[in-house]
Amino acid sequence: MNRFLARRLALAIATSLVPLAGLADTVTVVTSFPKELTTAYKKAYEAKFPGDKLEILNKNTAAGIAYVREQPMGSRPEIFWASAPDAFEVLSSAKLLAKIGPGNPAIPAKVGNYPVNDPEGFYRGQALAGYGLMWNTRYLKANNVPEPKEWADLVKPVYFGHLAISSPSRSGTTHLTVETILQGEGWTKGWAQLLGITGNSAAITERSFGVPDGVSNGQFGIGLVIDFFGLAAKNSGMPVEFVYPSVTSIVPANIALVDGSKSPEGGKRFIEFTLSEEGQTLLLQKEISRLPVLPSIYAKAPAGYPNPFGGTIQAKVNFDSNLSESRYYVVLSMFDQAITFRHKELVAATKAILDAEKRLGGRKSPALDEARKLVLTPVVDEKQAADPKLLALFKADKKDAEASKAKAKIEEEWATKVKANYAKAVELASGAK
Amino acid sequence: MNRTSPAVVAVALAIAAFLVAFLVIPVATVVYTAFSDGQGGFTLAHFSAFAGISLMRESFANSLYVAGMTVAFSTLIAVPLAYLTVRFQFRGAILIQTLGVLPLVMPAFVGASAMQLLFGRSGSVNLILKDAFGISLPLMEGLNGVIFVETLHYFPFILLNLSAALANIDSSMEESAQNLGSSGWRLFSRIVFPLALPGYVAGASLVFIKVFDDLGTPLVLNVTNMLAPQAFLRVTSIGIEDPIGYVICVILVVFSIAAMAGSWWFVKRRDYAVVSRGGAMAPRRRLTPWQTVLAYGWITLVLLLVLSPHLGILLLSFSKVWSFTVLPEQFTIAHYATVFEDSTRMIWNTFLYCGLAALFDVIIGTAIAYIVLRTALPGRHLLDHLVTVALAMPGVVLGIGYLRTFRGIELPFGGGALTASWLIFVLAYTVRRLPFALRSCMAALQQVHPSLEEAAENLGASRWRTIKRVVVPLMAGGILAGFVTSFITAAVEISETILLTSRESLAPMSYGIYLYMQSIAGRGPGAALGVIAVVLVAVGTYLSHRFVAANTPQNPTGGKP
Repeated sequence: MNRFLARRLALAIATSLVPLAGLADTVTVVTSFPKELTTAYKKAYEAKFPGDKLEILNKNTAAGIAYVREQPMGSRPEIFWASAPDAFEVLSSAKLLAKIGPGNPAIPAKVGNYPVNDPEGFYRGQALAGYGLMWNTRYLKANNVPEPKEWADLVKPVYFGHLAISSPSRSGTTHLTVETILQGEGWTKGWAQLLGITGNSAAITERSFGVPDGVSNGQFGIGLVIDFFGLAAKNSGMPVEFVYPSVTSIVPANIALVDGSKSPEGGKRFIEFTLSEEGQTLLLQKEISRLPVLPSIYAKAPAGYPNPFGGTIQAKVNFDSNLSESRYYVVLSMFDQAITFRHKELVAATKAILDAEKRLGGRKSPALDEARKLVLTPVVDEKQAADPKLLALFKADKKDAEASKAKAKIEEEWATKVKANYAKAVELASGAK
Repeated sequence: MNRTSPAVVAVALAIAAFLVAFLVIPVATVVYTAFSDGQGGFTLAHFSAFAGISLMRESFANSLYVAGMTVAFSTLIAVPLAYLTVRFQFRGAILIQTLGVLPLVMPAFVGASAMQLLFGRSGSVNLILKDAFGISLPLMEGLNGVIFVETLHYFPFILLNLSAALANIDSSMEESAQNLGSSGWRLFSRIVFPLALPGYVAGASLVFIKVFDDLGTPLVLNVTNMLAPQAFLRVTSIGIEDPIGYVICVILVVFSIAAMAGSWWFVKRRDYAVVSRGGAMAPRRRLTPWQTVLAYGWITLVLLLVLSPHLGILLLSFSKVWSFTVLPEQFTIAHYATVFEDSTRMIWNTFLYCGLAALFDVIIGTAIAYIVLRTALPGRHLLDHLVTVALAMPGVVLGIGYLRTFRGIELPFGGGALTASWLIFVLAYTVRRLPFALRSCMAALQQVHPSLEEAAENLGASRWRTIKRVVVPLMAGGILAGFVTSFITAAVEISETILLTSRESLAPMSYGIYLYMQSIAGRGPGAALGVIAVVLVAVGTYLSHRFVAANTPQNPTGGKP
């Protein structure tokens, strides 16, 4: 190693050590939002408050919760910023959030019937989001698939193999979509719809972004996505379209101050910034395309921009976040056991039923009805799903070995039952006359 | 020459302490957690819980299947190519050598996203096939995709090891066989391949381990029912306390070590030594016209496949809109502008972490090589073995081990938690890339004849002076090659990186690529960053080959360690 190089390296190391010493206010933000959004906010915020430094920590919602929970008091991140309101419920019931009081008075208290801010003051709505369908216009044309309007359309045979959805355990926004369908259609009908949709799906993607990405590049025809994924893709010039179905809910994406962080003052400053006129305007950027909570911003939006305060989105479902939070882990686990991890079998069963329908040409068949029932009935019925014992078991502390064992046993029962049901359905459908 | 001085002992102990702290303890913590019942007792309950979950059994089977199939397909690609280069008069040899390096310069997970666009459901190839024949090939669906991507990425391990082994076979064996009337397939399958078996097994076991442990590729391809992704998912979404994650880690470790130990055992079991070596290489035979056509056809096909991820990522980095078309429609250089505007920090971080890690690697590597080859220190081989174990240690396991072991450890001078600082990357990369540097340093020192050192010492030079003025300068080529190999392999590391990244400002490029790839508008910049990484690695690989070639002019293969 020559001396010049060695000196350069030593200098480089020394300069890099500077951040270790720590600046006055470093605001660490745990978020599931994409890089365009975080970069835009980082630039704007640091330009406005040159003394502060914004640190972005990108994690999906579930991993973000786990991360905040595992940090010791005093060195937690300042901000948690994500789409799923139930994530905030989980954090606030674990006493991990700090009260931040009322925000910008120009922001309305409610959108539809849903409160924009947490009634208890632990988190605030920062943007609004609806859930809907995004499709690749070229793909649909090439495959002769009609454009969908409602969730219910997606269970039709014509969509077999053309859809994509993410798994709610990996994506907070997908969990909201799933809950919206369950609350909008009811437990039993909702699951039947979900199983029908996923049976028609080509993939259950690992990341929520896998869906809009796959639709944009034409791997999938139609995806179930949060609105800004669809709108941002469309505004970036991709050949895609996006609609809100009528069974949708408009729910705020929230921002919260984590309790036990290093610089809560800096954290509050950032929250105020995101809710200011300036911070809200950033949401309209082409590659971000989110819905502001500050109604006056919509005057600056381009023509055709959806406005939840102006009635351009019909949201039939009044999202009940308490209900959603109470059964959060049960829904995640059911979806994974019956759909994510058994997707191959589910698709095979769906295919067998479709083939049988074609073969029978509309004739009634008890075997086929039975097969349909086996595939579309949720493994846990509505009554069981509301059982406080089951709900408590799934919420239990991970360190509690007994509870984890009991939970693993129940999950295994579901898995076995589901697998047997799908296999039986294939058998019945192929034998249906 | 075999003397032991206190200084040597001190250095050996320091290295041992470093390896214990940053390799043995983290891995031991993971193993301990998997067997611990939480109160300090021993339990197998977590393992029976693991075995009771059908998803885990399936993931286990899938990981084995994918690793096995990847070895099988890699063999199909690599064996003919290796045989061609070493045994035939053939102008395409340089092409094949290029083939051996090209895939390694592209991190598998970067290649995966590009290959989705080329071979996926509506990728270029399937669009063309659908148009022409109305069919589409499920090349990228589920486990197929993982096998496809990993095969193209890892077959060079077999190619390089096998070529080196073939080149070392005593030609008299082959000549005897030919004189006795053997030729063609029989000559290859009965004489040549068995003699080259150690090289093949070494390559194949490496491929198996790499694929079995890989996290980035399955994640990018949305395949979660494999062991490494399950470990990652359990630990990130359920939490660092989840015992199943540790059970998976133990299984990954056991299989990796077993594959490695198995390959050693296999090679040691029989005597593969040939009487004379390195003397006359077997005369290269001529190809018949038909064989030439076949050979070039095969090479062209493999070359096209191998180049496809590079081509894909390059196209993606310049494309504005690429959707449901064979090629992108509009081109732009805006993505590179975005990267240089927003992510120079990540590029700099990569240089800092990997540069430091590679520097530590060659320092430790040179020291270990010297201790092992030039001293009689008792237990000196233990250092060598420990480092080699690091080669079999999956990134996921080490990452989880670091998070768990060093949790709550604060750096001095208010530096914050160790696991939240950039030092953790340097440590992790240093440990995992040490085997590469050590191999280069060992090889370099083996080529320095001890008589040179004796001469220096006879002339009155102290040992330290001899090392500084004679040994290290003579090893320089090998050390540089080791530095570059450590650097470039660390630069594209993703398994540990995903786990250890606690803040975006600390993230190296590999994480940046992964992060960018998570949004529509980010795909272009992600690809641009990927191209930069590929160029960086390609230049590094080229330089390391130059160093090796300059140092050992007689080495015909110039392979990687």
